[in-house]
Amino acid sequence: MNDAANPVMNAAIEMRGVSKRFDIQTGVVHALRETDLDIAPGEIVGLLGFSGAGKSTLLRLMNVLETPSSGTVRIGGRDLTGLNDAELRAARRKIGMIFQQFNLLSHDTALENVAFALRIAGVGKTERDKRAREALDIVGLSDKAGSYPAQLSGGQRQRVAIARALVNEPGVLLCDEATSALDPHTSLSILRFLKDLNKKRGTTIVVVTHDIKVASYICSRCAIMQDGQIIEWIDMADPKPESSLGRFFMETAKGWSDDTVLPEENA
Amino acid sequence: MINALFEYGGLLQKAVWETLLMVGITMTVAVVLGGPLGLILFLTSRGGLIEHRWFNEILGYAVNVLRSFPFIILLVVLIPVTRFLVGTSIGPRAAAVGLSVAAIPFFARLVEQSLRDVPIGVVDAARSTGASVLQIVRFVLLPEAMPALVSSFTVTAISFIAYSAVAGAIGAGGIGDLAIRYGYYRFESEVMIWCVIVMFALVQAVQWLGSWAARAVDKR
Repeated sequence: MNDAANPVMNAAIEMRGVSKRFDIQTGVVHALRETDLDIAPGEIVGLLGFSGAGKSTLLRLMNVLETPSSGTVRIGGRDLTGLNDAELRAARRKIGMIFQQFNLLSHDTALENVAFALRIAGVGKTERDKRAREALDIVGLSDKAGSYPAQLSGGQRQRVAIARALVNEPGVLLCDEATSALDPHTSLSILRFLKDLNKKRGTTIVVVTHDIKVASYICSRCAIMQDGQIIEWIDMADPKPESSLGRFFMETAKGWSDDTVLPEENA
Repeated sequence: MINALFEYGGLLQKAVWETLLMVGITMTVAVVLGGPLGLILFLTSRGGLIEHRWFNEILGYAVNVLRSFPFIILLVVLIPVTRFLVGTSIGPRAAAVGLSVAAIPFFARLVEQSLRDVPIGVVDAARSTGASVLQIVRFVLLPEAMPALVSSFTVTAISFIAYSAVAGAIGAGGIGDLAIRYGYYRFESEVMIWCVIVMFALVQAVQWLGSWAARAVDKR
């Protein structure tokens, strides 16, 4: 299809003046205030914050699942906000995404779920089954190809979702609370897989989470988000948080204690 | 009781066929027109894949107007239309017009609700892989909603078996018509009882088939 026109590996993400406003009955919600953001190719970056901070909105703006109210989004140098519908859909094939609730098709087997991403791109059945099998093999689920999502554990479902996200060989992988619904050891094994993927393929990964353990394990740096904006960036190799929210997160990385200072409601 | 069955068995059999004919036509129209209408209502609604505020409101309003008609009044109001389409205002084919007009918005709302129950995240995931609206409808929304759509079909079919009996009041033919003419006007209670028994069997059969089909398509 339009693959030649799309960046393949190591895509950078650049956002300029991006905001998202929702008009609701009671007024206007600024889900994301004007934000600039640069993510280098091959980086693993976290978006860290509490519920409603705007981190999922920011992530969903990266593949334009949400249309920005202002600003531009560039992936691999290409401005996604200026594309028509067909171009945007072609561009999205090179931006994988996984979700907290896995979001698999319940009436399709694991193999069919993975092949779905190829099917909609017009890949023929033989070719897409072959590539879907390879993708399932990479996530370690070759033996579950014929299982329906209902027959799989949470971790296995997320692996199928990862295989679906990777089958088009994206340069970017967006993870929306991808391990929040999983128990700790399953979470760690998924995160290890993502870290390994980043090392082997150089895939740029953006991780939305409210869990500092996730962020400090996998991310090289993290945006601390509050009230629809990034309030600071933290270098995870040498964290020096300045905001009370940033300090709260870094402090709780070691665990909770009676002395943990809760962040102010609005920093 | 049994004697009545021998005496009126032929009438009863004819009535069953007329009811099946009415409901068959009605359900075909409901699926062919009401199904797409429900889909369009869903897609154009707030936050939908092809959100279109005023179009959705007009459509929703039209559906509500049709649905708020008491059924028997709708049948009477539609008599000119029925005459034009079928050439007569009595008999099962004529009644099927009114039944169909009532079934379209009925089924459309159930389809809309069934689609609304598909988790939005599954649609997000499909969009994130680059699926178009048509692909999402075909590969995600309809298959994921299929158990609910089958149940909606069953509910509609059963409701319109009952409505077809109401249509008997204006000479539709079918089981309801038989029950009214013989059971009610001529005080032949046994005919009435047989009519009720047959209706009950019909509804049970449809419900049983519908539940079986809904389970068969459900992989959750």
